Amino acid sequence: SSNNNNTARFDAARRVAIFGGTHGNEMSGVTLVNLWMQNSAEIQRKGLEIKPFITNPKAVEKCVRYVDTDLNRAFTQENLSATGGDELPYEVQRAQEINRMFGPKGSAEAYDVIFDLHNTTSNMGCTLILESSKDAFNLQMMNYIKKAFAPASCLVLLNEHPLLKYSTSRSVAKHPVGMEVGPQPQGVLRSNIFEAMRVILKHALDFISLFNEGMEFPPCTVEVFRVLERMDYPRDANGNIIAMVHPNLQDCDWEPLNPGDPMFQTFDGKTIHYQGSSTVYPTFINEAAYYEKQQAFVTTRRETLAASAIRKA
Amino acid sequence: MERTSVPPIHNVAICGGTHGNELTGVYIVREMQKQKMEKAGSVSVTTVETNPRAVAAGRRYTEMDLNRCFTDVLLSSPITESTPYEVRRAQELNAQLGPKGSAEAVDLLIDLHNTTSNMGLCLILRPNRNEVILSVIHKILYFKNNLSSVPVRAIQLDIPSSKAYSLESVGKHGFAIEVGPQPNGVLRADIFNVVKEALDLTLQWLQKFSSGHSFEGGTVEAYTFVKSVDYPRDSAGKATAVIHQNLQDNDFKLLRSGDPIFQTFSGDILKYEGEDLYPFFVNECAYYEKKIAFHLAQRKTYSFPPISVKND
Repeated sequence: SSNNNNTARFDAARRVAIFGGTHGNEMSGVTLVNLWMQNSAEIQRKGLEIKPFITNPKAVEKCVRYVDTDLNRAFTQENLSATGGDELPYEVQRAQEINRMFGPKGSAEAYDVIFDLHNTTSNMGCTLILESSKDAFNLQMMNYIKKAFAPASCLVLLNEHPLLKYSTSRSVAKHPVGMEVGPQPQGVLRSNIFEAMRVILKHALDFISLFNEGMEFPPCTVEVFRVLERMDYPRDANGNIIAMVHPNLQDCDWEPLNPGDPMFQTFDGKTIHYQGSSTVYPTFINEAAYYEKQQAFVTTRRETLAASAIRKA
Repeated sequence: MERTSVPPIHNVAICGGTHGNELTGVYIVREMQKQKMEKAGSVSVTTVETNPRAVAAGRRYTEMDLNRCFTDVLLSSPITESTPYEVRRAQELNAQLGPKGSAEAVDLLIDLHNTTSNMGLCLILRPNRNEVILSVIHKILYFKNNLSSVPVRAIQLDIPSSKAYSLESVGKHGFAIEVGPQPNGVLRADIFNVVKEALDLTLQWLQKFSSGHSFEGGTVEAYTFVKSVDYPRDSAGKATAVIHQNLQDNDFKLLRSGDPIFQTFSGDILKYEGEDLYPFFVNECAYYEKKIAFHLAQRKTYSFPPISVKND
């Protein structure tokens, strides 16, 4: 009820950004943001400033993931405060510019919400990426999106791992939300993937609108997949991969991987089995961009997070 | 058809990495090199990673598409400082595996490719369709019990010899193995396994052929290229639509007048007008820059005679 002491109060979310092209070859976000920059009618909501923005224009122009370094890993405090101007890698310069425009990260002036649009070659379907299990606003938003999108599936990936979490473009905002939709090859635009992303974003903006109008969202629980561990390909002494994701695991994002299940297949046909001590839920299986990051897939465990009721302050 | 004697096939070259981000060929070639696959019976086997710079960079090419560099003009053009890497590489490969059109050229050249399109396994003949290739392809297409997990088809691109621009035209006989869907930069085990099977069948055919076996004649159904269709574009040249979901992933499903082919970003549906044809290379990533949304083909049946090796 409206006078519940456990209701968390947040300021109205007045400034929202939609980032596309953080990776220049992930085409759904590039296309959607370009469309909305030409004609923003679809994304407008009363009382809300919504800015569509291409974060990595050089990478978009070349249709590559990045030019010098991965923009979605570049928002570290070290990079954001680095001096050197034009001498800095292109994406570090971009990170500083984005931090000026939409941050500063961690300050009261930062944008309220940033949606960062991504695609993956993995069979992940629609995934929302959460960076903090304590962000009740984001948890409530994700709960709203999941229910609005149902019966179609929209899952939540939580990356709060102290070593594996990374400094994303969206992290300059108070409430960062990653939207990852796959499978889609790099450089390709698929209509089903494009439409799905469009719809989940619509639900997200509806949530913010309702919140800003004063709606109270009662306490809820949200099922998430919490990142546990990065699993690399088996490699030889020179760092070359010596096996591929096993056909039984390929495309099986979010399905249980049990100890003893096939995990990799060597080039000469042998099976390597998962040696963990308990069942995990793998995702980002065979993402093209992660070969160079030493990642064949990540393991997750299922958790239910509780979010307090929220209401505009 | 009358039995045909064909000159012996002494050597075969298996090539991968012609497009550096099409990974199946890269890893098949590396594994064959690791296993020292140098002979199949009396046939000698050469394996080549054709565009190592593009492979290292994880790109289709560095300056120019290598698989367009094998025209007579480019193969004989003088090398200067400004010559693109891929043109130089094409000339090196022509020296190693050719020269194209000469008696020294490798007898059979197989080039391994991937596509983002849902094409299954395709054997691409261009430009020559001859009895040897058709017989080999027939074996791969119709061999029972194998490759049953993936549809297998033949594609014929009718380009006259004088204009042939792709790597396999360097060999006396050549064809490409094109498998999808696989994203650029991704290596799928199921696709790797199927290409390996297709190569094993090819090498088996070669060994039998070389040892004097007579192959029966038959027919091969192939899709022959008719024309390509580009995306609708605005005055600035930007695509204004995406492949319609009814066409996406439906390579080789007959397209008829009135069928949806594009959906514009504002939601309009654009329909196909024209003769009934078979689409392929639907939404191939590398073709955006070549202004191709999909190709269209007719289906034709080619006969080939019984063949065996000519003993001289």
